[in-house]
Amino acid sequence: MKIEVRHLSKRFGSVEAVSDVSFGVKEGELLGLLGPSGSGKTTVLRMIAGLETPSGGDIFIDCLRVNDLPVQQRNIGFVFQHYALFKHLTVFQNIAFGLKIKKWKKAEMAPRVSDLLRLMGLDGLGDRYPHQLSGGQRQRVAIARALAPRPSVLLLDEPFGAVDAKVRQELREWLIRLHDNLNVTSLFVTHDQEEAMEVSDRIIVFSKGKLEQDGSPAEVYEEPATEFVARFIGSMNILEAEVRGNLARVGGLEFPVTGFPDGHRVQVGFRPYYVQISEDSMQWPLKAKLRRIYFLGVAYRLEIETEGGLILRSRMNKEEFRERRFEVGRPVSYAITQFRLLPQEGRVAAL
Amino acid sequence: MRRILIATVWFYFGILLIGPLAYLCTQSFQGGVAVFWDEVTRPEALHGFRLTAVITAIVLVVNVVLGTVTALVLARQQFRGRTLLSGLIDLPFAVSPVIAGFMLVLLFGPDAILGTFFGTLEVKVLFALPAMVLATLFVTFPFVVRELTPLLQAVGTDGEEAARTLGANEWQVFLKVTLPAVRWGMVYGATLTTARAIGEFGAVLVVSGNVLMLTQTATLHIYQSYVDFNYVGAYAVAATLIAVSFVILVLLEVARSRVAAGAA
Repeated sequence: MKIEVRHLSKRFGSVEAVSDVSFGVKEGELLGLLGPSGSGKTTVLRMIAGLETPSGGDIFIDCLRVNDLPVQQRNIGFVFQHYALFKHLTVFQNIAFGLKIKKWKKAEMAPRVSDLLRLMGLDGLGDRYPHQLSGGQRQRVAIARALAPRPSVLLLDEPFGAVDAKVRQELREWLIRLHDNLNVTSLFVTHDQEEAMEVSDRIIVFSKGKLEQDGSPAEVYEEPATEFVARFIGSMNILEAEVRGNLARVGGLEFPVTGFPDGHRVQVGFRPYYVQISEDSMQWPLKAKLRRIYFLGVAYRLEIETEGGLILRSRMNKEEFRERRFEVGRPVSYAITQFRLLPQEGRVAAL
Repeated sequence: MRRILIATVWFYFGILLIGPLAYLCTQSFQGGVAVFWDEVTRPEALHGFRLTAVITAIVLVVNVVLGTVTALVLARQQFRGRTLLSGLIDLPFAVSPVIAGFMLVLLFGPDAILGTFFGTLEVKVLFALPAMVLATLFVTFPFVVRELTPLLQAVGTDGEEAARTLGANEWQVFLKVTLPAVRWGMVYGATLTTARAIGEFGAVLVVSGNVLMLTQTATLHIYQSYVDFNYVGAYAVAATLIAVSFVILVLLEVARSRVAAGAA
């Protein structure tokens, strides 16, 4: 393990920002820490960096316990959300800052900075000042500055949070390529689940200071370990149902379940693309009315109201949508092709 | 309407600033350049200039160093009584310099505790340089702190943290990151301090005793010359101080535009 965190916790006064979090990061991995704001993910990152002191637990980098090691000696590179570039220094001087502090020889410093400028696509910008750069360029300077002294791990706090959507997309793809090239173990914090999915080898989901799930993007998406993850990652229809005779019933729908006593309440979840809809009222067994159509770019989202008064969301790709004749307010038929029971507090449900 | 407003402003400036300044300049050269020069280079006047320069230099160094430390603590640390201290910073603006001087006289007088203490050490505080420095420090205290504290808060801690992650120790963080970010604010505060220290009169008058050739600063010399009906002497020294103030004013403008540029 490159980084290991054991039973880490942090209190700010009476607020427990992080409680009993444990996970590991393998050499060369690109790990995403995902959660809504205030979930403790940034605090975890800052504790690993040494910018925040843990209230409890241990942090290991390269098998060395670093709790008592000051930030200067942890050999980490840190990238801040708002770049935190030194405004009075040029791009070159910014990137060389850490090398100067570590007393690199001039003859080694200049080629190192030039290499990084090329790697970051910042050729010819070495003499500019930060205020003369675009947001995306600034963030790449910040990453170059963090990488310059060859840190053993790279920590990024909401690295693309301050740039606009288009640049964000470019930076994401660029970060993936950079990581493939350099293979430096990297942790990045994000509140954007799409970004976490796209960029990470592995995702750790946080909520209210607790670790909710630790898994690959596919695992987190397909097999959410907790109700929070199910609600937070992607879009999901979630219905609260009551079990009677091995069927979870809600609003006229019946989902087969086993192992629950009658009267037990369960949560049934299914992604919108597991809801099939047809304008032919005979094609699928269940009946509903089409309430709204949303255009999403690559697909359409359809909102239906079932006979039992439930509102369900369905997703349909563009091609299929165009072959059909949907009209808002008209009756449709539908089917739910897959569902899962959401884990409840303290227990993981079996399908 | 617009003309009336503009005329009013001209009139206001004329009565308050331009008129007196012009009159002062013409009056100082009333007897010709030679007389002006004689007045400015009299031993009493030269002593006054020298004393003012010494006090200003000491006050400038102490105020910039301690003012910066104070601003750093107020902007970066959370501690009990922080709000109280922040509120007290403006106190010297609200208290008349004469009262400030009077407080020092009470504190360091021969019957007071501090006065007795320094008396036994045979260190002369009152009616000597130390008290004059203390009085000037009191009235100039807010300038650096007031300029730097909000600036440090606006600059934030991101850059300082970034420097630490790159291996910089606290001293390097201050010299290479914090100081460059607020340097023009510091120059601005230092310039205001200098201007105020040169011009200080009331507080210094009370604590100095105004002893000729001993504790008489340039401003006290002007006052003394005026009282002694040596108007040309008063005018000449005053005009010299005005010239210095003008240079400081120019510096002030430069510093202010740099602070504004840095904040943008």
